[in-house]
Amino acid sequence: MTAKKLSLKQRYEFLTRDLDWEPSYQSADDIYPYDKFEGIKIKDWSGWEDPFRLTMDSYWKFQAEKERKLYAVIDAFAQNNGQTGVSDGRYINVLKVFLTGISPEEYQAHRGFAFTGRHLRGAGTRVACQMQSLDELRHVQTQIHTISHYNKYFDGMSEFPIQHDRVFYLSVPKSFFDDARTAGPFEFMVAVGFAFEYVLTNLLFVPFMSGAAYNGDMSTVTFGFSAQSDESRHMTLGIEVIKFLLEQHPDNLPIVQRWVDKWFWRGFRLLGIVAAMMDYMLPKKVMSWKEAWDIYFVEAGGALFQDLARYGLKMPKYADIATEAGEHISHQNWGLFYQLCHVAGFHAWMPDAEHLDWLSAKYPNTFDKYYRPRFEMWAKQEKEGKRFFFNGLPQLCSCCQLPMLYTEPGDPTKTCFRSSVFKGTRYHFCSDGCKDIFDGEPEKYVQSWLPVNQIFQGNCGGATVPEVLDWYKINVGVDNGDYVGSPDEALWNAWTAQRFSEAS
Amino acid sequence: MSVQIKTVDLTPKRQTFAHVARRLGGDKPATRYQEATLDLQATENFHYKPLWEPQFWQYDTRKTAVVMADWYKPLDPRQYYYGSYNIARANMQSAGERNFTFVEERGLLATISDAERARVTSLLLPVRHLHWGSNMNMAEICQRGYGTAVTAPCIFSAGDQLGMAQIVSRIGLALDGQTGACLAAAKQGWMSNPAWQGVRQMIEDTLVQRDWFELFTAQVLGVNEVVLKLVYGALEQAFPESGLALAMLTGFMADWAADETRWSDAVLKTVAAESEANKALISGWAERWIARAVTAAEPLSAALLGDHGAAARAAGDAARGHGRKLGLAL
Repeated sequence: MTAKKLSLKQRYEFLTRDLDWEPSYQSADDIYPYDKFEGIKIKDWSGWEDPFRLTMDSYWKFQAEKERKLYAVIDAFAQNNGQTGVSDGRYINVLKVFLTGISPEEYQAHRGFAFTGRHLRGAGTRVACQMQSLDELRHVQTQIHTISHYNKYFDGMSEFPIQHDRVFYLSVPKSFFDDARTAGPFEFMVAVGFAFEYVLTNLLFVPFMSGAAYNGDMSTVTFGFSAQSDESRHMTLGIEVIKFLLEQHPDNLPIVQRWVDKWFWRGFRLLGIVAAMMDYMLPKKVMSWKEAWDIYFVEAGGALFQDLARYGLKMPKYADIATEAGEHISHQNWGLFYQLCHVAGFHAWMPDAEHLDWLSAKYPNTFDKYYRPRFEMWAKQEKEGKRFFFNGLPQLCSCCQLPMLYTEPGDPTKTCFRSSVFKGTRYHFCSDGCKDIFDGEPEKYVQSWLPVNQIFQGNCGGATVPEVLDWYKINVGVDNGDYVGSPDEALWNAWTAQRFSEAS
Repeated sequence: MSVQIKTVDLTPKRQTFAHVARRLGGDKPATRYQEATLDLQATENFHYKPLWEPQFWQYDTRKTAVVMADWYKPLDPRQYYYGSYNIARANMQSAGERNFTFVEERGLLATISDAERARVTSLLLPVRHLHWGSNMNMAEICQRGYGTAVTAPCIFSAGDQLGMAQIVSRIGLALDGQTGACLAAAKQGWMSNPAWQGVRQMIEDTLVQRDWFELFTAQVLGVNEVVLKLVYGALEQAFPESGLALAMLTGFMADWAADETRWSDAVLKTVAAESEANKALISGWAERWIARAVTAAEPLSAALLGDHGAAARAAGDAARGHGRKLGLAL
């Protein structure tokens, strides 16, 4: 009698989940203490379909190959002063936002997937999570190495870890990932694995990397290409998680739907920063935020949720509100940055005439009507030497932590305010989406470390703006304020002048 | 004569990130390891207490009893960041691949006697489960530990343990013509063979250990220094027909142990040297887990070598000597 040779799938199972055993000296509930309290019911972990079949030997081999190529490009970029070849000095501000706001979250994802890679009871799932944990560490480290060379010449990047912990607008991404990290392991998987990596990644990762490609940033775009195969693995893990949870038990559906609703909205708010980046910060534009949203969320996301309808999963709540807001958020956010860049770690500027016309063409329904007059007024004030800065402290939403600047659905002339009372205290929100999230878990969100409230409570270095900026490690007159007149601009102009003088 | 390519020379404003410069004592060129490691983990102003462990923040120094003024003191002497780690492992693994090809082409495992095959199945293959438990421990230390300097090498180590579990599994598949029969039998042995029960009980006990630095000590000085060293050191003596082939196929484990120990030694030594209190705590943990490992490994040692457990006790003595060199009171 000869036994049958294993299929590739069986072989992979022998190399991964078959390593696991039913413990008998300790109880499984003590070994995995965290995977039951969320109420998710798993009947049979063996129903998990491995989203990819990668053994460690192949992982090391593929990833090492990619790293050799990536670091060769990073080295060549530095050696040849590639930073002088980007489209414009303004572009560097995109990297500042990325390094202070996104890279630290790659790190959080790394630790979070180590958590699920240890604490989910299914062994196949753990292996996939651990590989993602490794990948996320790769991303933060290679991003630092890619941007390290820019940091040598430009300001605003050199204090990124401490700024991530302290600066007011960076609490938006930080609280997003703190929220996911402090949730249970299944919610983390839905939040980061599905909502972030699957539904929204094309609106985060792709705009930054395409922006780099369009703007001559060979170093960052090479990182992007190099991370693409990791990202596609992460996407297959994200979708498998959703399918697995929904297939396992009908009681999981309402829980998963609540998480999808929550993380869609939190993700949408976070992506508002990307929206402003795409429409205002890229000297050479890839596409408008609205175009990206229509392609990657309305079309691709729509198809995805149509596919998931067989499990009973619906489009995230307020998806229609988010789509309508796509006409507004980039303009509203850039307006905010413009008014607050004196207390930020990157520079802002007024769009020039050509840029305004591009915005009019991309946003025919809203830009000329609501936003062009605002920008033209600010530009006029600048000319008159009356550059407008907002000198107060903005009220923050108790969920997403962005300033309360967004407008009512259907009425872009009216600021949207919502509030809830919990244990005698009133909390304020920028939207119904954020209010719903708070109302679902008020005990969690009352803990929020809201930067403005913390300043008023005296926890941020002092009571005056210079004291707070010092505590933020924002170098006043260098890192902050307008691009025009900044040391970054002076450096860029010197390089440009040198290039022309050498050419002539 | 040398060729000189003329390049544009631009003067940088700074050599490295400010937080790195503060640690280097000035603005000096930093290594990739330093830039990718130092101060990377968030340390303050967290927003929410974890729903699953509300007594702590997600990053919290109180998750172990040892105290460090600065968790970026225990650095990795290998200076691994993701890229250098993967390149080092890919190189180690490519040597291992050649050995697998060599052994397969010559049929070195296909031609052994049934008795030898049964012996390898019962006494070597179950170690893949020990690697798997070790993988879980290192993932746990990565998620639970404090400071990137310690936690990043832990996810690398978790990957290593999974990789070694897979190497042992491949040996099992080579033994039975890729049917999985030997691995299935080995798993039964892991669950019920008395030779393995001490080891299984020990690793299950580590899986519920909540103090991450105690877990680190147990894994490094108990599991790695005693049990894994015993198993991989016994191959040629324990398996007369296949020992040499098995030693070749597990060459990765020997390379790995040397590499891992460089790092884990530095961590233990630095943390123990921080204070008398740390030294006392770690010494106590080391004493306990080395003793546990010796008791656990004695029946395995007896089954492998017919030595009534002498090799396990010798491995324990060596582990204690090793710990003393790191400054522990053992």
